[in-house]
Amino acid sequence: MTLALTAAERALIEGAEGPAAAMAARIVAEAARLMGAAELVPVESAHIDGCLYHGDSGVHFAERLVELGGKVAVPTTLNVGALDLLHPGRVKFDPATAQMARRLMVASEALGCAPTWTCAPYQAGHRPRLSAHVAWGESNAVAFVNSVLGARTNRLGDFLDLCCAIAARAPRYGLHLDENRLARIVIDVSGLSPELRRTDAFCPVLGAILGAEAGSAVAAITGVPAGTNEDCLKALGATAASTGAVGLFHVVGVTPEAPDLETALGGSAPERRIEVTPGLLRQARDRLSTAAAGSDRIDAVAVGSPHFSLQEFRALAALSEGRRFRVPFYACTGRGVLAELERADLMAPLKASGVEIVVDTCVVVAPILPPDAGVLMTNSGKFAFYAPANTGFATVYGSLADCVASAAAGRVTRDERLWS
Amino acid sequence: MVVKGRVLIEGKGEGALLRLAAPLSFWGGVDPKTGRVSDPRHPQHGMSVAGTVLALAEPRGSSSSSAIMLELIARGLAPAALLLGEVDAILTLGIVVAREMGHATLPALELAPADLARLPEGRLRVAADGTIIAIA
Repeated sequence: MTLALTAAERALIEGAEGPAAAMAARIVAEAARLMGAAELVPVESAHIDGCLYHGDSGVHFAERLVELGGKVAVPTTLNVGALDLLHPGRVKFDPATAQMARRLMVASEALGCAPTWTCAPYQAGHRPRLSAHVAWGESNAVAFVNSVLGARTNRLGDFLDLCCAIAARAPRYGLHLDENRLARIVIDVSGLSPELRRTDAFCPVLGAILGAEAGSAVAAITGVPAGTNEDCLKALGATAASTGAVGLFHVVGVTPEAPDLETALGGSAPERRIEVTPGLLRQARDRLSTAAAGSDRIDAVAVGSPHFSLQEFRALAALSEGRRFRVPFYACTGRGVLAELERADLMAPLKASGVEIVVDTCVVVAPILPPDAGVLMTNSGKFAFYAPANTGFATVYGSLADCVASAAAGRVTRDERLWS
Repeated sequence: MVVKGRVLIEGKGEGALLRLAAPLSFWGGVDPKTGRVSDPRHPQHGMSVAGTVLALAEPRGSSSSSAIMLELIARGLAPAALLLGEVDAILTLGIVVAREMGHATLPALELAPADLARLPEGRLRVAADGTIIAIA
């Protein structure tokens, strides 16, 4: 398929709106050609995942766009950076790395992006409307905006999200098109106990199964209780987008494009149907832990991937009340939620228990954890998936209540009743 | 034996075939400072992708893999060629951006899964037209 550009798009590439817009539009058009898109689609907003320092090359790219006079052309939020700008010293980079990480954050803001520094922009006021075409990066944010809000974006790689924001256009293929949003796989969890399906630790494990089974295909999940909350869907999508390339999933009766299974499937029969048994679920849960089975060692706890919402902090505060943690307990969030925490008078009780709040970044993308790697307990499927490679810590997965109980006891303690 | 891929990103490259035995997210899975597979759960943990003809049946994982690809290219630790079982907008984009930034880049090809599976072990040469041949 050849890419057809409008006159305005050709002018953009030729430099009508300056060299930065031309460079951005060139990259967007090249990505469109690579993916076989027939045309570009105007986007209403963007979320940028390129502001996290991975090496000097990314800093040079952002600074090149700034030097060329680049500005985003649509409302744009920023994902996490590599520094906690509100708590200097929390991230233990050497000075040279810290300086490059800061340069990238400065350049990202200079391009006109809002300094939200969160991987949960959808809980920081950036909520595109149903069916809006957008250009989002960060795999969990893509899964959420497509699945839970029903807006439309592909899984954009770093740099392409920013180029789309500057060019105000994205390649029109994949999840921008109606036919590609229909489910081809059905994952049924109705055979599991209702109590298990309502626990907070269920959604990340279901997400791990979704990612492993679906890969990049769209699945419809049946049997998830109506009223399952947004934080649970956020955890489901984040884990699925880590263990697989999931950009969109439907939860029948819960998410907007799946009022019923027939609608989610577009009237076709599914290619595959997976019944989740208690055994399959337990196996998926156990794969989220890499620490030696049978050991109860714990060196730190981390929650907040994706970034914790105010509701999640309320749950943490309720569980932590009157307890004092024996190991470091990190809760990662955005500065928007931090402000809400302060207004809700939740900071003092959380700190009293020993919760350390990490803002603008998180513990698997920046060196925050104690220097001697050990065992990290988490309720996040995404942390569980990425922590071993990124931090050297082995992981133990548990519910939020398990994390709190273990941090207070100084050893891993998990409530196994629901899983057995 | 000759295998032909669809050219996604033009170029020439030569190196030993590294066929990934499991999906790999470059972000969180490849160390950009060394080029080695850093995900301890990956069956090829510890192996270097630098200079290889890297064959991936299916892309997976983080959208930040573009940034890792750019960084590997900038540091001279990128594969010599990328052979994909399905087109992946994330890894290839790292190559597109590297080209815009003036770095020497690598070819990327899309191969039918059956062709990907029958690539011979050993050194391979990728030509500009997408032809892949085994070399001594």
